[in-house]
Amino acid sequence: MSDTGIHSDEIHQIGGETIANPRLAEAYRSSTIRLYTHRLNSVSGFAGFERLREAGREAKRQVIENLDYYLGQFADNVERNGGKVHWADTAEEVCRIVVDIVRRATAKEVVKAKTMVAEEVELNRALEGAGIRPVETDLGEFIIQLAGERPAHIVGPAIHKTRDDVSDLFVKHINAERTNVPEELTAIARRALREMFQKAGVGLSGANFAVAETGTVVTVENEGNIRMCTTIPRVHIALVGIEKLIPRLADLGVFIRLLGRSGTGQKLTTYTSLLTGPRRPGEDGPEEMHVVMVDNGRIKSLADPKMREMLYCIRCGACLNACPVYRKIGGHAYGWVYSGPIGALVTPEFVGIGQARELPFASSLCGACREVCPVKINIPDMLLHLRSEAQQHAPKPTEALLPERPAFRLWAWVMRHPALYRLGAKFARWGQFPLARKGWIRKIPTYPVSNWTKERDFPALAPESFRERWKKL
Amino acid sequence: MAKPRVALFITCLADQFFPQVGESVVKILRRLDVDVTFNPAQTCCGQPAFNTGFRDEARSVARRVLDLFEDADYVVAPSGSCSAMVRVFYSELFEDDPDLLRKCRELQKRFFEFSEFLVRVLKVEDLGARFAHRVTYHDSCHLLRELGVDDAPRKLLRNVQGIDLVEMQDYKLCCGFGGTFSVKFPEVSVPMGQDKIHAATETGAEYLVAADGGCLMHLAGLIHRQGVALKTIHLAEILAQR
Repeated sequence: MSDTGIHSDEIHQIGGETIANPRLAEAYRSSTIRLYTHRLNSVSGFAGFERLREAGREAKRQVIENLDYYLGQFADNVERNGGKVHWADTAEEVCRIVVDIVRRATAKEVVKAKTMVAEEVELNRALEGAGIRPVETDLGEFIIQLAGERPAHIVGPAIHKTRDDVSDLFVKHINAERTNVPEELTAIARRALREMFQKAGVGLSGANFAVAETGTVVTVENEGNIRMCTTIPRVHIALVGIEKLIPRLADLGVFIRLLGRSGTGQKLTTYTSLLTGPRRPGEDGPEEMHVVMVDNGRIKSLADPKMREMLYCIRCGACLNACPVYRKIGGHAYGWVYSGPIGALVTPEFVGIGQARELPFASSLCGACREVCPVKINIPDMLLHLRSEAQQHAPKPTEALLPERPAFRLWAWVMRHPALYRLGAKFARWGQFPLARKGWIRKIPTYPVSNWTKERDFPALAPESFRERWKKL
Repeated sequence: MAKPRVALFITCLADQFFPQVGESVVKILRRLDVDVTFNPAQTCCGQPAFNTGFRDEARSVARRVLDLFEDADYVVAPSGSCSAMVRVFYSELFEDDPDLLRKCRELQKRFFEFSEFLVRVLKVEDLGARFAHRVTYHDSCHLLRELGVDDAPRKLLRNVQGIDLVEMQDYKLCCGFGGTFSVKFPEVSVPMGQDKIHAATETGAEYLVAADGGCLMHLAGLIHRQGVALKTIHLAEILAQR
């Protein structure tokens, strides 16, 4: 009973529930601050970090501006290495391709590494529908699979779960003994998963990077489960978003250093695997390697010069940890699989602004996301762009007397005419007279200011404006 | 040397809600022998519409700003946010019109936030001000991250006689105002503000000082509603005290 559908319009409700739930609120607060601090510590003593960011950004720019070339090069090299490349335009196509491969391999189980693309295309639902059992092997994914939830964070899918929550899930779903010792919880998951790695006929992973020059799929992890998923089963399937390409193997050094530090504050994650084709005679590894190249909305963003930069993202999660809004409302409030500042860009782009029109507004535009982004994506600026897209293509039904656009037309008309502005201010001073006490207004009943005065007082207009006082200065 | 001529862009918030901020700016600049003017045809920079996604409406207001300050040496605003609107976001509003874009670029070179103007342009750090209180400075996000100004307000404050300037925990963290965000997402804006107020009171500061009317209005509104023992004040008001 995993969660499907898009709930981005419920951001106020789900976010509000998270804020009001002390346990959940604390889980988000402490985890994001921990990751944010780890990142800060790992980059502050590293003089070359700014140069790395520039190099990473430049490599991504090169790929995204010449994506057709690099896609062709990557695909040719994968095939040359003995792998098979599949092209999928939509989520349905990704699922169909994967189900077909699993069926041909006559496998009943698929062991899965953590992959956001699989979440995005809802692969588990498709596999289950085809009678195939998807087994999540990343600890965080394993936990949320048991809970029937979506990832709460791009890097740490179960970041919102306390050890007691995890214990509850293990007791309920896999007959484990109750414990809240992290090592014991990990051991329980390990025992449950170890057997599956041996049994499953297909292993499925995503890709952190795809090297065009060599046709290599690169995965980065700390648990070792990805290496198992991609080497033990007879068949390996890698889902690769088309934006995951990097030009050369030499660029990888830039990106793995950026990713580790930005995501978790590690100089290097525990395992970095470079998968270049299936097994060769006399070697270990899968007999078949399938690489599924996924569009699912990415080409649409590529075609939009205002949004193209979004495709530079390496999914490190740093912007989530830095975001004061994400820290409060948590990942599920964003209503789909991607959350935080980058989610507020990706979701409207992939599912359409009409289904996610609130997301670009769920930001104070503070810019903390851009400050930590390893490839310097100008997230606040793109949120502003999406706000104007939302107002043009998906205006919000309003609670106010006057819908937003006519209200802002009126506002602009007043602001263009200083005499009207002065007159408006004069009327407002009369109007506030019965409401204001000692310079403060406790309640303004009309939306949207009513939203201000629910929990804040509103300052009364000064008895005299600056322009009136200026005459006496 | 001729007196520098500064046109004030007082911002609509300071004009209507905090005129004492504008008066403080005038006082300080005149003490520095600056020729200060105020063009009463000015209203707003257009940011509320821009941030809410109404670019045509924002542009129609911003166009006027391009015309109003043509003959001033400098334009100075006591707000990081409105200054960022002009300096950074106007380029986007006028990107499709080469003539207006040229005019916009020309204005951007002369447009400064108040503390930035004092420290970077006039090269003044000590205004001879006196304010014998413990204060903590809140970086407003637009001033900090769009304009990259974090040092100027602190330098100015450190030179105030009798002042005890202390940093709060997470001083770079947003206070939750965010323009229309404050009324679109009050359920998030308010707890963000509470965190900021908590961090400020933890330092034992009497005053939270900032260089933006928006942050101050939001925080002061929360403080007043909750009866917290903390006062808010605009940077210019402290710097004008003798």
